[in-house]
Amino acid sequence: MSSIAIRGGHILDPSQGLDIVADLLIVEGRIAAVGPDAGADVREVIDASGLLVLPGLVDIHCHLREPGLEHKETIETGALAAVRGGFTTVCCMPNTEPPLDSAPTIRWLQGRVSQVGLVRVLPIACVTRGRRGKELADLIELAEAGAVAFSDDGEPVAEPQLLRLALQYASVLGLPIVEHCEDKSLSAGGVMHEGWVATRLGLKGIPPAAEEAAVARAIALCAETGGRLHLAHISTAGSVGWLRLAKAQGIPISAEVTPHHLCLTHEIIMGEGGVPGGLLYDTNAKVNPPLRPRADADACVAALAEGAIDCIATDHAPHSVEEKLCEFDLAAFGISSLETALALCLSLVHQGRVSLGRLIEAMTIGPVRALGLHRHVPGLGTLAVGAPGDVTIVDPEREWRVEPDCFASKGKNTPLAGRTLRGKVVCTIYGGKVVWKE
Amino acid sequence: MRNEAAGPRRPVVAQESPTWHRRYLLDLDELTSQEILLLLDTAEAMREVLSREVPRVPALRGVTVVNLFYEPSTRTRASFELAAKALGADVVNITAEQSSVKKGESLLDTVRTIEALGAKVLVLRHWQSGAPYLVARYTRMAVVNAGDGWHAHPTQALLDLYTMRRHLGELKGRKVVIVGDILHSRVARSNIWGLSALGAHVVLCGPPPFLPAGWRPNEGIGGSEGIDLPRVQIETGLDQALEGAEVVMALRLQRERMQGAMAPSMREYVRLYQIDERRLSRAKPGALVMHPGPVNEGIELAPAVARSAQSVIDEQVTNGVAVRMAVLYLLAGREE
Repeated sequence: MSSIAIRGGHILDPSQGLDIVADLLIVEGRIAAVGPDAGADVREVIDASGLLVLPGLVDIHCHLREPGLEHKETIETGALAAVRGGFTTVCCMPNTEPPLDSAPTIRWLQGRVSQVGLVRVLPIACVTRGRRGKELADLIELAEAGAVAFSDDGEPVAEPQLLRLALQYASVLGLPIVEHCEDKSLSAGGVMHEGWVATRLGLKGIPPAAEEAAVARAIALCAETGGRLHLAHISTAGSVGWLRLAKAQGIPISAEVTPHHLCLTHEIIMGEGGVPGGLLYDTNAKVNPPLRPRADADACVAALAEGAIDCIATDHAPHSVEEKLCEFDLAAFGISSLETALALCLSLVHQGRVSLGRLIEAMTIGPVRALGLHRHVPGLGTLAVGAPGDVTIVDPEREWRVEPDCFASKGKNTPLAGRTLRGKVVCTIYGGKVVWKE
Repeated sequence: MRNEAAGPRRPVVAQESPTWHRRYLLDLDELTSQEILLLLDTAEAMREVLSREVPRVPALRGVTVVNLFYEPSTRTRASFELAAKALGADVVNITAEQSSVKKGESLLDTVRTIEALGAKVLVLRHWQSGAPYLVARYTRMAVVNAGDGWHAHPTQALLDLYTMRRHLGELKGRKVVIVGDILHSRVARSNIWGLSALGAHVVLCGPPPFLPAGWRPNEGIGGSEGIDLPRVQIETGLDQALEGAEVVMALRLQRERMQGAMAPSMREYVRLYQIDERRLSRAKPGALVMHPGPVNEGIELAPAVARSAQSVIDEQVTNGVAVRMAVLYLLAGREE
């Protein structure tokens, strides 16, 4: 009987309000016991004294790029990046080539995932065929094949009528539509937030209303259809306002925010001097939605702390070096974030702006509930007895320097390069097996 | 204002001018007022050279200057070419049409090739903002920004400052009104930095969609807490803007941006924002009329104003050569 005992750690499981120093026992790939002296006779023992013992982190929004875009990432490198970042479950977005818009593509993906075996990958399938925004994909067949949600992420579902239809089907299937909210006529050609930094750099801006108008529209359709709507990566105070209003009215909606929209602002694109001309034009900070001013980031932090924003998702978007080492307008949008997500978010805890319990909730049971993943994997996001043996062990005080060249991800594109973060994942256990250990 | 030095690798003309130490001219925003004045004073000396019977000095003999232009340009390219030749440099012109750009060669590859060919100075015009900044990080050549996207056009701003200074003397406290499409204008941005450094009172005037964030009325505005843009006055009405102005600078309108895209029509624009004689009468008598060229006849400026005694548009072009000589000389002057 394979078993692991994790001894003396600070066990934190927001799903059960568990916050104790104790031992944790995993037997046959499942959580078997939590408490003093659990599994006293087990041979494989991990000493976790002084460390945090958490349910395996869950990321409901990442880009693994396979099939078709293997120069950016593969399922294997993405999975390695995930476990190094403490994630044991990830939901991958369907904007691959070909896109995940049919049952065979979903089954192919699941086959690749089980070959890799490091991490649980729950696929999100396209809303529309080919992500073209013209006609619905076969949502029912996709659901039967194992899709846990639908999204045309990267592109909004531009036609309101099509989004309405999708939400109507989603209400029957009990699966959420994950909407990337962006009104393309307002954002067209934009490469960063429309604000004074864009003016300073002479770059075309994306106004906050490009997101907020699309959020408002999606909420109206959600209210009317009763289909579950999840807002991907919201980034502005205005979007937070719409979200609060919708929740107050009992509309079935949830939302995520990324670590970078919580912790970074648009000034980072300029850099901090020390380069020719004093302006960096940091393409590694080019992301969609764009990094916003402090007031927007603060509104997102407050909404996360209060629970109005349900969860944190990485929007891990790896790109090759060539796709970022070029003129700002030409550079790809996206940040490689699986390996920095937890540590960056812990800065909010160190600053006293979000409690540790709430942060961990937003990275475990929060995302599980937002997409209803517990209906696919019972016990996911918890350390309840019988739940999957997914555990992340973190040294909360350990300082480390972000060195993209050492990332497991093929995507070295992070604006955090060289920055020192506090809090490091030291061990990741998936299904009772150690998949990453320092 | 940001004044951090850009970390030059070594002084270029340290013996002759202790205050100039940069390898790059990417914009005026990081220059001190002393550096700007040094450039303008050097341009004055170059103007004297240009007035000689044989307008040449051998200051850059043996130096290769490459003009790499990713955007069509007649006057700026010719101006740089004449400036480099007047200093005795060898000049190579490369335009995007001729080069490997169309074969998919990246900007950095092209620049590496030019450096390997032995060029010492790269003059770069690019349609994307920030392109010269990227290049400057990856080359040892001196880099001059000859215009990048909507962002900066420092030699144009220097020739504008030079022209103003010749007519008005010190610019401190002078009211300079910039009219038109500020949002898309690299000329406006560089002028705003340069004029602010020299203490001029800058007024921006244009239709609201042509005013960029940070320089819009009723918002957090340049110079206030946390906003690293010069503090300027914003006016949407041209008549108030022109009141007592000593310099009126009209910006070129890109026709494709009009015709319903960002303004109702050319006709509407002309009604509200054209500088005509009646409007100009609100400015100080003898106020300078400037334009970076080429002028859209009868759009930004009424023809009578463009050709009036107050117009210094042709002189701007002439001064451009002297200013660019000064820039090339200071950047590359005594290297190696």
